[in-house]
Amino acid sequence: MSEIIKKFLYLNRKAPYGTIYAWESLEVVLIGAAFDQEVRLLFVDDGVYQLTTGQDTTGIGMKNFSPTYRTLGDYEVKSIYVDRDSLESRGLTKDDLVQIAWEDWETEEEIENIVEVVDAARVSELMEESDVIFSF
Amino acid sequence: MSILHTVNKSPFERNALESCLKFANSGDPVLLLEDGVYGVLKGTSAEGQVKAAIGNQSIYVLGPDLKARGFSEDRVIDGVRVVDYAEFVDLAAENDKVQAWL
Repeated sequence: MSEIIKKFLYLNRKAPYGTIYAWESLEVVLIGAAFDQEVRLLFVDDGVYQLTTGQDTTGIGMKNFSPTYRTLGDYEVKSIYVDRDSLESRGLTKDDLVQIAWEDWETEEEIENIVEVVDAARVSELMEESDVIFSF
Repeated sequence: MSILHTVNKSPFERNALESCLKFANSGDPVLLLEDGVYGVLKGTSAEGQVKAAIGNQSIYVLGPDLKARGFSEDRVIDGVRVVDYAEFVDLAAENDKVQAWL
């Protein structure tokens, strides 16, 4: 196992289903987490639509991958950020988004919902703090 | 000659909806599908242009694409009609041409 831990930031800006970006990002997130890197997800612009609750794709014949977001805490993803301006300009609130729980199996520390709505300054800071940005 | 206009892009990412509403002849139907469905949701920054168009255009949205994205019909702007695939086919057949704003 590598001893160097990098901060990975996944910057998601696309709506789900219309293009493959959202699904591809999720696949890469799970791979990164499996390599014990520090993984953060950031949802900006139409990317915020990836986290809406109640997605039901039975009518369009595509795989509904939205339940996977709720399991990210189990993959040791502890930080999920959503841009406030992107939510507001789309008429959405935090209540429209999935809740993602996190638990440390060793310390039993629990966080009920790791989804955090942040302002533009924090978005800039998250990008600055990261070692690598994966853009989708 | 009537034209069915379709828009499948999010209004927050492309100007397909804006151009469609600008150039569509009065009375021609407009159907939003795929990521285009985000254009007919209440409370967005695109709401104004859709509301303004409702007087001139019949606006439709494809129900299965709304549902896939987690939005129920009560989130749709009043005056926009939710249709299924069969009604999409009817719209295409009823009009002389289909213009897809990609």
